[in-house]
Amino acid sequence: MENFDLALVDWSRAQFALTAMYHWIFVPLTLGTSFIVAIMMSIYVRTGDELWKRITKFWMTLFGINFAIGVATGIILEFEFGTNWSNYSWFVGDIFGAPLAIEGILAFFLESTFIAILFFGWGRVSTKFHLLSAWLVAIGSNLSALWILVANGWMQNPVGMTFNPDTARNEMTNFWDILLSPTAVNKFLHTISSAYVLSAIFVIGVSAWFLLKHRRILFAKKSMLVGAVFGILSTLFMLMTGDESARQVFRDQPMKFAAMEGLYDGEQNAPLVVVGFMQKAPTKENPKKVDFAFKIEIPNLLSYMAALDPNAFVPGVNDLVNGRKEYGIVSYHEKIRQGKIAITALSAYKKAKEVGDTSKASLELSKFKDNYQYFGFGYYDNPYNIVPNIPVTFYAFHTMVGIGTLFLLLFIVVIYYLYKRDISKVRWLNYIALWSIPLAYIASQAGWMVAEFGRQPWVVQDLMPTLSAVSNIDHKSVITTFIIFAIIFTTLLIAEIKIMVTQIDKHSKIKED
Amino acid sequence: MFENLSYLTLQQYWWAVVSLLGAILVFMLFVQGGQTLIYTLGKTSLQRKVIVNALGRKWDLTFTTLVTFGGAAFASFPLFYATSFGGAYWVWMLILFAFIIQAVSYEYRTKPNNFLGEKTFESFLFINGLLGTILIGTAVGTFFTGSDFSINNMNSSTWQSSFRGLELAFNFTRFATFVNLSLGLAVFFLSRVLASMYFINSIDDSTILVGARKQLIINAIPFLFFFLFFLVSITIMDGFAYNPINGKVSLVEHKYLFNFIEMPMVGIIFLIGVIAVIFGIIRGYFYFQECGTKAIWFTGFGTILTVFALFLISGYNNTCFYPSTYDLQSSLTIENASSSKYTLVAMSYVSLLVPFVIAYIWYAWASLNKKKITEDEMENDSHAY
Ligand code: HDD
Ligand code: HEM
Ligand code: HEM
Repeated sequence: MENFDLALVDWSRAQFALTAMYHWIFVPLTLGTSFIVAIMMSIYVRTGDELWKRITKFWMTLFGINFAIGVATGIILEFEFGTNWSNYSWFVGDIFGAPLAIEGILAFFLESTFIAILFFGWGRVSTKFHLLSAWLVAIGSNLSALWILVANGWMQNPVGMTFNPDTARNEMTNFWDILLSPTAVNKFLHTISSAYVLSAIFVIGVSAWFLLKHRRILFAKKSMLVGAVFGILSTLFMLMTGDESARQVFRDQPMKFAAMEGLYDGEQNAPLVVVGFMQKAPTKENPKKVDFAFKIEIPNLLSYMAALDPNAFVPGVNDLVNGRKEYGIVSYHEKIRQGKIAITALSAYKKAKEVGDTSKASLELSKFKDNYQYFGFGYYDNPYNIVPNIPVTFYAFHTMVGIGTLFLLLFIVVIYYLYKRDISKVRWLNYIALWSIPLAYIASQAGWMVAEFGRQPWVVQDLMPTLSAVSNIDHKSVITTFIIFAIIFTTLLIAEIKIMVTQIDKHSKIKED
Repeated sequence: MFENLSYLTLQQYWWAVVSLLGAILVFMLFVQGGQTLIYTLGKTSLQRKVIVNALGRKWDLTFTTLVTFGGAAFASFPLFYATSFGGAYWVWMLILFAFIIQAVSYEYRTKPNNFLGEKTFESFLFINGLLGTILIGTAVGTFFTGSDFSINNMNSSTWQSSFRGLELAFNFTRFATFVNLSLGLAVFFLSRVLASMYFINSIDDSTILVGARKQLIINAIPFLFFFLFFLVSITIMDGFAYNPINGKVSLVEHKYLFNFIEMPMVGIIFLIGVIAVIFGIIRGYFYFQECGTKAIWFTGFGTILTVFALFLISGYNNTCFYPSTYDLQSSLTIENASSSKYTLVAMSYVSLLVPFVIAYIWYAWASLNKKKITEDEMENDSHAY
């Protein structure tokens, strides 16, 4: 571990986090509003009502503003795998590259071609073709999410490959295992449904602002209705897939799960912490330990949620580090030992091959294969260095879940008022709807913080630690690009928000209905 | 069906796919070229608006082609991706910066309250046009001239220069720099030629057309000069060859010239390409009235063929497509840098969809382009940039 430039690793992580989080500000709105626009346009085409045409055009304008910056921030991420994570790119490129290429061929072209028709097609192409384009844009953008999330799902739970010691990389052995891995499928479903929820909240919130200003009441109510119906269905789906994601994490990344719950000592009948505050509680072997200063729990629920059985054992950080034979949990100490054997065997195998000693080579190779499962652990000495940041993971997870639950209530109330009362008169509800917009973004970012902080220190679970994934660059270069990215993206974000707000204001003042 | 092909055939197939994407990308860079002509051709703000809108319908496609080119290179030749992107860090970063600022500029340029102002977004477009073309061309030049890196037995690479790729464009003590830059500048001027042709093809405005015709020839001359310089250089240069049996790399005199001769099909594609490029320029300029609008098809098609052939001679016939001048044996070839056979097979199935993708892009373009872009339209279109 001493050979690694830790400043380089940290700055590279910071840079990836910065760029990914910026990208993710715009992507969810694209994923959801593309569908919302397609739905609105369908209503327009069916009814021929000019009001629906104006509604469609308005949301399409906002979609366009958001889309442009989504594209701008996305290109960086793809190339960053090469520029900043080049060792990673080689180690997994055989598997990871394919989804990215497919994403380009299948999804991005679909999206960018039909977006031109969507924007410029009014009066130039037939109504049917125009409507079809709207749906194709929505499908295209969601397909692009599929492939990138398959790639990400594979990092969290690597399947469908074997390690080739001669090329020193993982090679794909089963494409379908990778595509249909439950982690990937869950990740995709939960992520897109959460993006729909965010977009629905956006539509409702902006419409609520129209109502608060007493502008274009009918226009706003109709938009709100589409947003709320789309939103409630998506929320239900999001809760289901979120719940399933958590179980998936419990099965494949138990350390992440322990971090999400802030659980150090596992137990049967584990309670679920609903609200909690953490503080530092260092011990000799674990100086980074934190513990709850205060918490509210529901008994048995965690065990039930994790394994659908209130008596199930949920391991905590200490159980994973020290092992629990009775539950079949191998300790990190043992995994580190095996990982080191694998690393030594691999280089011995390489040496033996170079000098042509085939019998030694095959001996080392089988030693390597027996221990490969825990390869990445061999880079570490202290198992507590293989524990993710617990407070960040815990708070992020609870923030996300809390906000998600609130949204379910919000959608129900909004739908009730839309149907049974005159929502334009209910100012408190409109304020809540408006202020839910930032909450949706917070929840969404928090979700990724859970996923990405919680898997540390792995880029590829158990196989490749983040610190061995970076490119051999001078960390000063990475600091420089980090600062440049931060400046450019922040500037563009400010421009985007100003343009967006101005457009919303401008459209709200149009007099027609 | 792909399972039955040999590993080598699959590697060659994927080199052809990547080359084709690269070739289409160079053609599509006419968007970038056009961005450097906004003020040259657009004297009034309405004219500039027409020009920006003509380009604005295509920019996303160029962008997507670049992204897909990156993705395909990653998937099929990951060692190249890791070595080049991680090594020539600053070159790629500059290219990326140039493309980030482009992506928002069309949409935000004329929107009210856009924070940076119209002029800033226009200068973003200009920077993208200038840097994007020159740097991409320069980077491709290194496929022939090589870079200084080494690769260890775990296939992890080390770049020698602390300038991180910038030396490839600015170290004037080496002849190779001039070769790289000449390709970069050739791409830059070619993109402006193509842009002029694109305007002639799609805009209905007499002042812009007169200007575009002039730009066509003004840029064609430096383009031909730099392209010829590049071509002569690589034919007289030593090239990087490898022995297919043991993989040993060595320098071979006139390697690239021989590649044209030893692979006559590639040589012929190249010749047809170059002729089509020149033919388009001549017809577009001298027979402007009769066939100015068709020039883009000749020159565009010619560009694709020419660049395609250039990529092929850099990688086929036992040539190292990403050579290392620091340690010859670290040079990358389509054999040692590729993905596993399984991955190439899986992706080959996906590549069967490419003709379908091209078909719908074509159809979509055709249905949008039925009407030419005019000034009055700009005032009425709800989504004009
Ligand atoms: C509007 C945003 C939003 C909301 C309200 C929720 N989620 Fe979520 N969640 C996401 C947005 C998100 C996300 C951004 O889409 C993530 C990040 C990574 C991923 O796969 O999806 C995510 C990840 C994520 C993970 C981690 C998956 C992993 O590490 O691979 C779990 C366990 C949950 N979610 C569970 C839930 C539950 C039980 C929710 C109940 C209300 C919930 N989420 C609401
Ligand atoms: C767009 C939504 C995403 C967000 C907001 C996000 C967020 C983050 C954050 C916060 C980190 C830093 C974690 C740390 O270092 O402690 C990170 C790292 C990283 N993420 Fe993501 N991520 C996203 C999607 C993805 C996807 C889809 C992939 C892969 C396909 C990915 C790959 C990586 C890699 C390679 C790193 C750097 C290595 C590491 O720190 O482990 N991310 N991301
Ligand atoms: C949760 C993770 C991600 C999702 C769901 C996602 C989805 C999308 C979507 C829908 C777009 C279309 C444009 C827009 O958003 O406005 C886009 C653009 C893009 N994304 Fe992401 N992305 C994610 C993370 C990443 C990562 C990690 C990469 C790097 C490989 C990446 C690379 C790109 C690129 C290159 C573009 C621009 C391409 C174009 O449209 O021309 N994305 N992404």
